Amino acid sequence: MFRRERSIPLRGSAAALCNNLSVLQLPVHNLTHFGVVHGPSAQLVSAAPEGVPLAQRQLHAKERAGVSLPLITQVHWCVLPFRILLVLTSHRGIQMYESDGSVMVYWHALDSGDASPVQAVFARGIASSGHFICVGTWSGRVLVFDVPAKGPNIVLSEELAGHLTSVTDIASEHAQEQDPAGEKGKGSLCLSPQDCIADMVTADDSGLLCVWRSGPEFKLLTRIPGFGAPCTSVQLWQGIVAAGYGNGQLCLYEASTGTLHAQINAHARAICALDLAPMVGKLLSAAEDTFVHIWKLNRNLKNGCIEVEHCHGECVPDTQVCGARFCDPSGSSLAVTGYDLAEILRFSSV
Amino acid sequence: MSMRTLPLLFLNLGGEMLYILDQRLRAQNIPGDKARRDEWTEVDRKRVLHDIISTMFNKNFIEELFKPQELYSKKALRTIYDRLAHASIMRLNQASMDKLYDLMTMALKYQVLLCPRPKDVLLVTFNHLDAIKGFIRDNPALVHLVDETSQQLIEAYGGLSAGEFQLIRQTLLTFFQDLHIRVSIFLKDKVQNSNGRFVLPVSGPVPWETEVPGLIRMFDHKGKEVKRTEFRHGGNYIAALKEGSFELYGDRVLKLGTNMYSANRPVETHTSGASKNLASQSQQSIAPNPLAKEELNFLAKLMGGMEIRKPSGPEPGFRLNLFTTDEEEEQAALTRPEELPHEVVNIQATQDQQRNQELARIMGEFEVTDQPRWSASKGDDLLAMMDEL
Repeated sequence: MFRRERSIPLRGSAAALCNNLSVLQLPVHNLTHFGVVHGPSAQLVSAAPEGVPLAQRQLHAKERAGVSLPLITQVHWCVLPFRILLVLTSHRGIQMYESDGSVMVYWHALDSGDASPVQAVFARGIASSGHFICVGTWSGRVLVFDVPAKGPNIVLSEELAGHLTSVTDIASEHAQEQDPAGEKGKGSLCLSPQDCIADMVTADDSGLLCVWRSGPEFKLLTRIPGFGAPCTSVQLWQGIVAAGYGNGQLCLYEASTGTLHAQINAHARAICALDLAPMVGKLLSAAEDTFVHIWKLNRNLKNGCIEVEHCHGECVPDTQVCGARFCDPSGSSLAVTGYDLAEILRFSSV
Repeated sequence: MSMRTLPLLFLNLGGEMLYILDQRLRAQNIPGDKARRDEWTEVDRKRVLHDIISTMFNKNFIEELFKPQELYSKKALRTIYDRLAHASIMRLNQASMDKLYDLMTMALKYQVLLCPRPKDVLLVTFNHLDAIKGFIRDNPALVHLVDETSQQLIEAYGGLSAGEFQLIRQTLLTFFQDLHIRVSIFLKDKVQNSNGRFVLPVSGPVPWETEVPGLIRMFDHKGKEVKRTEFRHGGNYIAALKEGSFELYGDRVLKLGTNMYSANRPVETHTSGASKNLASQSQQSIAPNPLAKEELNFLAKLMGGMEIRKPSGPEPGFRLNLFTTDEEEEQAALTRPEELPHEVVNIQATQDQQRNQELARIMGEFEVTDQPRWSASKGDDLLAMMDEL
């Protein structure tokens, strides 16, 4: 069971985008940072545990003079080994800030070179993988940025080809978290256990998923084809890919092989956000049908199969949800944003 | 955002405008033989609709409309409808024009929000076009013009993917963001709450190509289904009935975009919260360059394709009131806040001679009651010349 907690007011309403909420948990400081896209601006709010707002900041997409303000597509905190950066993607390019949004440390302008006039040009899909930050683009290319431990010397190190349509979302997890004992590689065709451990997955508008292994050079491990609906949100946990689609379906795949293990008719409208509480294997799905569902993922130790069960569903009345995140590692609290809503809704389990 | 959104926005808003005007004209209808010179008759009503529709579907205009371009701001789009509404013998004062635009935009916001699938916005558009053809069915040439636009829609949008439609939907919703004007016909039908937000039902048929929520299927390594469970979704959904037609003619199935101002219902086009909402909106949108130069260039090009036929002879402009009484209209005009950003921008191009003549011709036909005050930035060829009065 969940109960409503105190909402956090926003200066501007949330835009109708997918994955429109990023949360940075800072338990050491007793703080939680929230990031929401309004349109041409994004809002960062810091709150104390009870949801009391403490600080606010607005960030804008870099603009060209004489042209209308470009729209932001996503805002997301990237936790890297030695620092945390806030990444903002827009129709102009990619901006990276220190974690509190105070200083921009890097700007990358998108190259719209071979785009047709009818093509919208934008960056979308943000995830960190080791000391890399990966950002998706309108063309399907995924840009890989090498981030130093400190300072602004961020470098575009690689462009991943794998998608032919616009990237929607990227998810990653540390390879070590998945398989500390190196068990997974056994019995498969990989040369070594490390070869097969997937630690990043990218998704696109056609529903295609690409599973990668990060490194100085990223390696494409497998592709999971779509079925017509865009894959709007994706998560990766213990070698399990969780993918939410525009037709309301939620699917679980074995990352290393691409095998479908679960298919859930989860929502009546497009799924717009997925999030994980990795410590407990909880997954949340939020959709435009006003519902947020919590699921428990599990690996059957006997046969290695992936299992899932439904834990709880919450209706956010008359709200087209556009973002949802767990607010603590145990998954006992969550935050939700909705289109046209100028507040962050908070829930905690009782 | 998507560069393909303007035709959908324009045609649907135009359709809503025609529904409302048709309704108001019927409400003020006087039998032909009893009418005084300044009162509306059935003939007048048909003529108004005919004139507006023929302007809307003018070939040059539609050609400009379908070119890939970014979505205009609400202010910019409003100027097109100001012009369109005056493409006939009908005259609307600013308060009535405000109200008309409020009703149009809230109706389309509702329709886009409630579309089951992003692609269904195309069905909404076809519903509007089908109804428009009904207004002018005794004019085959005009029906053909509308059909040509329908054909262009099919060509432009028929092959788009679900992902591209989702981007279009998100772009449209960005346009309608933060509009919460209460419309009495919506409040009465319980599709809008008293706080201005629309009711999102959690029951009824799921969209085409979506399954009813509740089923979990699990598979083994070989793809064999090993377990099937159900969960309580919380909604009350049933399977989709059938898919609407995306052809030139056909059963659209979806009711969104059909005329909700049917002749049987008493007209209640009461809106509230307008001044409050628009005032707060104008505060947010006071940016250094509210109508960016690029946007204005596109807008001028689009309007250049609009052919307005001036009413011939010494006819009086027939005034249409969107409110129930003249007193209400006056009251609304008085209580409109000063900073309401609705005024038409007066453009005088200086450097580009050809464009200058064309724009001067277009803008000359406008009836502008108030001159807006904008500060000019040096060096802008088109944007710069706002009158400082």
